[in-house]
Amino acid sequence: MAQHSSKGARFQAVTANRLNDGEVVYFKDNGWVEDFAEAEIADGLEAAEALLTRASPDNLEVFILDPYLFEVSESDNGFTPVSVRENIRAKGPTVRLDLGKQATAH
Amino acid sequence: MYRYDEFDHKIVTDRVNQFRGQVNRRINGEITEDAFKPLRLMNGVYLQLHAYMLRVAIPYGTLSSKQMRMQAHIARKYDRGYGHFTTRQNIQYNWPALDRIPDLLDELASVEMHAIQTSGNCIRNVTADQYAGAIADEIEDPRIISEIIRQWSTFHPEFSYLPRKFKIAVTGHKNDRAAIKLHDIGIVIVRNNQGEIGYEVHVGGGQGRSPFIAKKLADFVPAEKLLAYLEAVMRVYNMLGRRDNSYKARIKILVHETGEAEMRRLVEEEFSKIDSSQMLNLPEAELERIAAYFAPPNYESLPAQSDSFETAKQNNAEFSHWVKTNLVAHKTPGYGIVNISLKPIGGIPGDATDAQMDVIADLAERYALDEVRVTHEQNLVLPHVKLDDVKEVYDILSNHELATPNIGLISDSIACPGLDYCNLANARSIPLAQEISTHFADLDKQYDIGELKIKISGCINACGHHHVGHIGILGVDKKGTEFYQISLGGSADEKASLGDITGQAFTEDKVVDAVDTIVETYLDLRQPEERFLDTYRRVGMEPFKEQLYAD
Repeated sequence: MAQHSSKGARFQAVTANRLNDGEVVYFKDNGWVEDFAEAEIADGLEAAEALLTRASPDNLEVFILDPYLFEVSESDNGFTPVSVRENIRAKGPTVRLDLGKQATAH
Repeated sequence: MYRYDEFDHKIVTDRVNQFRGQVNRRINGEITEDAFKPLRLMNGVYLQLHAYMLRVAIPYGTLSSKQMRMQAHIARKYDRGYGHFTTRQNIQYNWPALDRIPDLLDELASVEMHAIQTSGNCIRNVTADQYAGAIADEIEDPRIISEIIRQWSTFHPEFSYLPRKFKIAVTGHKNDRAAIKLHDIGIVIVRNNQGEIGYEVHVGGGQGRSPFIAKKLADFVPAEKLLAYLEAVMRVYNMLGRRDNSYKARIKILVHETGEAEMRRLVEEEFSKIDSSQMLNLPEAELERIAAYFAPPNYESLPAQSDSFETAKQNNAEFSHWVKTNLVAHKTPGYGIVNISLKPIGGIPGDATDAQMDVIADLAERYALDEVRVTHEQNLVLPHVKLDDVKEVYDILSNHELATPNIGLISDSIACPGLDYCNLANARSIPLAQEISTHFADLDKQYDIGELKIKISGCINACGHHHVGHIGILGVDKKGTEFYQISLGGSADEKASLGDITGQAFTEDKVVDAVDTIVETYLDLRQPEERFLDTYRRVGMEPFKEQLYAD
């Protein structure tokens, strides 16, 4: 598994894929949303670990696959994922702008 | 073509029903993901970046028109209107929902297809020369033993939990189009001095993190002994292959660490045990029964030359260009082998839309004796087209963006799905293939450059075969940013070689310039008739390195 956050990462969010269709989802308020813009952002290491713990209840009823933390950075327009990989997950394939989340983005 | 017997039908439909139950239990929360994941992988279902991906097996790359039409239907009904043909002659769908995959597999089973042996540590779907049965000077159609190997290997209980995955490729022709020396086992069909057919067996080739060219362990395994010999290789591997480290678990590492001579001795020792029981001898009647499925189709008896074809070439320069690169001589007078490029300039290598797949299915049915082939270079083939019909086929292909005249040229690159889709990737591959083909779009330039195979992988697993690209490109991740390492001099044919890395990696925006520099250096240095690979092998890395890292 690739490294999704650098050691000194300040802001992080939690992502996973949904069981029934594999859709990329983000943790927010004890639930999951499809749009990265709505993802809950943790500030600092402790907050990040707490966020991941809340996102990873260990029971069969959870239909979310392999939640993990990834680094985001703050800019004028809010937060964006740091890595190319997480940007692609948040939007869709860069070679098919008609597919993935970017296709339905307003 | 091979047709399922009652056993094949039962195996495949039973498997779909089992998987339906497993999916239902997972979705209802009755089994955990840890329990479910190996089950879904055994049915070709991977989880990628955006969605699930289903890999469908196309045994030895052969499809009927009905099967191709089914791929179009699946792309439309269960996916987003396209499929992706892979370097293992398979097709992948990038967006199916898990809860609909059992229905999808049911539909596939109705045309004798499935996703078995497309994942997991088993013997995977067997690949073969895409010109099987159509090319002149072939010793035997490689699909005959490929089908026998398929039947022997499917759900083989002893080999269902190997140290790692296992890939077998077969060629029946001296010109290797199946990259057999880069497989766990590569088989070359040969004929001995007595005129008997047998098999040369190469073992321990592969790419990935530690690339190796296979070692020839046997010069001539008699036809009836092939399965006994393969079983001996598998048994040695299953016993001695490393299970402590997945990066060192392929048979190539075992062969490398054991040494060629000792490996041969171990295999022969095991082979003599198996052989003494005669249990695995292939009965001649069974060989003939399978061979009958691949008997030559009913060709018409035609003159070697077609007047209408010759006239069309003279009157249409574009058609004539396409013929030069995409049409290959057929063994039967009056026929040709048509290559369909899935590499339109600026397009995504290996992708075909549902509409294109329908068109290709129709062409196969009407003009190619009902067959389509998939190549490991991510193109398609209509193997038996009458020269009289070639122009008509070309016109229809042209109308559907399927007549790019670039087979074997610089714009015909292999690219893995890369970071645009793949969960394992470190960098994107497809955009580079698109940029390179756009940069070299000019056909005269491409012809001048001649044969040049670019192969691009988005990670060290090497699904894009970068180690054996004349120019290989490997994506690497440096702190979340994409970089690309370039190698030169690789080749996947009968004179297989692994590429040499040029040096420091390039940022994405410098890769096309680097490829351009490599091409210009070759054009400066080449002697008459030399292809890129010939020049590289003559002059070596230095002149290229000098130009690439001049600053």
